Amino acid sequence: MSSDDGAVSTMVDARQIEAAVAAQRGMAVVVHDLVKCYPKRPTNAVDGVSFAVGQGEVFGLLGPNGAGKTTTVGVLTTRVRPTGGYAEVAGVDVMRDPVGAKRRLAVVPQRSNLDRALSARQILLFHAAYFGIPAEERMRRANELLDQFGLTERADDKVDFFSGGQSQRIMIARALMHEPEVLFLDEPTTGLDPQARLFVWDRIRDLKSRGVTMILTTHDMDEAASLCDRVAIMDHGKLLASDTPDALTATVPGKNSLEVGILLDGGGRDALQSALAALPGVERVEPVTKDGGGPPAGMNPWAALGGGAGAPAGGPPPQPAAPAAGTPYHLRLYASVDAPSLVAPMARLITDNGGELVDLSIAKPSLEDVFIHLTGRALRLWPQSPSLKRRRAQPARRWSRSWRSCDGTWRSPGASCPRSSRR
Amino acid sequence: MAVTGRELPAFLAQVILQPLGLLFVFGRVLTDLGFTNPAYAKQLFPGIVAMTIMLTALQSVALPLVIEFSFTKEIEDRLLAPLPASWVAAEKMVFAAGRAIIAGLVMFPVGWLVLGSIPFDVTGIPLLAAMVVLGSLAGGAMGMTLGTVVTPARINIMFAIVLTPLIFTGCSQYPWPSLSKLPWFQVLTLFNPMTYVSEGTRAALLPNGVHMLTWIPPIALLAALAVFGYVGMRGFIRRAID
Repeated sequence: MSSDDGAVSTMVDARQIEAAVAAQRGMAVVVHDLVKCYPKRPTNAVDGVSFAVGQGEVFGLLGPNGAGKTTTVGVLTTRVRPTGGYAEVAGVDVMRDPVGAKRRLAVVPQRSNLDRALSARQILLFHAAYFGIPAEERMRRANELLDQFGLTERADDKVDFFSGGQSQRIMIARALMHEPEVLFLDEPTTGLDPQARLFVWDRIRDLKSRGVTMILTTHDMDEAASLCDRVAIMDHGKLLASDTPDALTATVPGKNSLEVGILLDGGGRDALQSALAALPGVERVEPVTKDGGGPPAGMNPWAALGGGAGAPAGGPPPQPAAPAAGTPYHLRLYASVDAPSLVAPMARLITDNGGELVDLSIAKPSLEDVFIHLTGRALRLWPQSPSLKRRRAQPARRWSRSWRSCDGTWRSPGASCPRSSRR
Repeated sequence: MAVTGRELPAFLAQVILQPLGLLFVFGRVLTDLGFTNPAYAKQLFPGIVAMTIMLTALQSVALPLVIEFSFTKEIEDRLLAPLPASWVAAEKMVFAAGRAIIAGLVMFPVGWLVLGSIPFDVTGIPLLAAMVVLGSLAGGAMGMTLGTVVTPARINIMFAIVLTPLIFTGCSQYPWPSLSKLPWFQVLTLFNPMTYVSEGTRAALLPNGVHMLTWIPPIALLAALAVFGYVGMRGFIRRAID
């Protein structure tokens, strides 16, 4: 009886996956309920992640270190065998047909893995040879890409002597040699100078216009906001949110706020503050101390508001306790409506109360606020990323014992992972 | 392969200097000084050929593998080629075997230059060919096993505790049957695959000399190839796919 139950549940599971996958037919990447548990780890590195990426879409995967981004991409690029779930790239089941999937995808790694003994041109040609591209076609594509990536002059130099930006360009060119349908970019601009970063961004936009689907992992929120059609934020192996950058930023509480600098004698301040708080559309009003107190933790759109017109010009820092007349003081208004629409009534109110508006800024939350809002501010002490694990190989496994004891919730090693899932 | 071609001089220096030195000191210098019998050089030469083959294959897999899995990560790109991971492993072993065969063949002119004459027997050519091919493949498989078991941090230790015993228990400096005076050592050498390459090569080059029964080396090497090939392949896949 129990074995029957098992069979039935597996069938239901399979049927569910099939249905979910069928609903996403025509998508470039489909991930359904993906789970990955590394042996002897207390928690799942990826814990039931599902998403789909459309043809020609640029999809950003954001998350703190150890969030499970690299593992998710590892499964999609056939480098990691999942514990459970389903993953598909360009219509190919990556578990069932890893070789077929590899033909249709390409990876631009974060760190250079170029063969240092070869020249840029050789790298492109050998890569194409692995993919069975005929010699003449290989040469043509290599020349084209070398030209496009501004590498023609150095095409025959060994890549050992290349700068970070040049290596990155070759790795992108190499990934494009076999004309992949889906391109995975792992922190493509980390450690590049601004020129190189802009160049890479341009190439990514260029590829997008040619219909290449891209999955981008990054820590650079500007990069994600400017390049990605949709962004997913991961943490602790789970997908916390997934939407367009604009829609995501709209979800942050206190998303709209105004900061004003006001010149007013000490007497009327409290009255003004209550009057402002009573304005329709204003949720609450907080005084802002400019010297170290700063805005409340959790959201920090202004940082220090350094060059603002309201900052005391060249003088000593203002004393909040006994402000001198003629020194502006600052208030922050959290709005439930669009912040700019509050500017006019607020200005009127300030004037009516005998004050003078000397500084104004409107804060819109950035993707970074979304990220911090969803994942918290705490630093990640757990070096969980599998690439890190691999880099340290054996010693890491020895240390894992002490990491585990740092975490109060670890399960016994035997209970952590079904051993059979790992071959 | 293209790289090996371009770096042929460096490659030869890497794999030939050590056996050359051994051959020169033990085969030539000690003989000329009267410490050893000239017949010893004839026993030594096949063993040195065997050692060159085995160690070249082993190091051609193990060293790059350890480096590619750790520092350069080149392996990650190789694994993205549209091939099963096991083929990537097989390619590495075959490639290393190719290098080992070249190194083994180069030992013949080198030996002739150093020793003045080298043992050779036309009827032994098929056995010699079998030994060169099987020995290099088995060496590659052993390299794959070592390269995936040993971590980069311990690569130095590997050389000390694996390579050195391998060199001295491989019957390259003495024929195996003559070890009957040291039975425990004779048994110990049977666990080293290099023993069979040495003895097989000796049987091919010196059919009338002292050597192990001719049919044993090919069978033992096939077995070593199967065992280390399997373990190495498993280790490779384990390292390659999380």
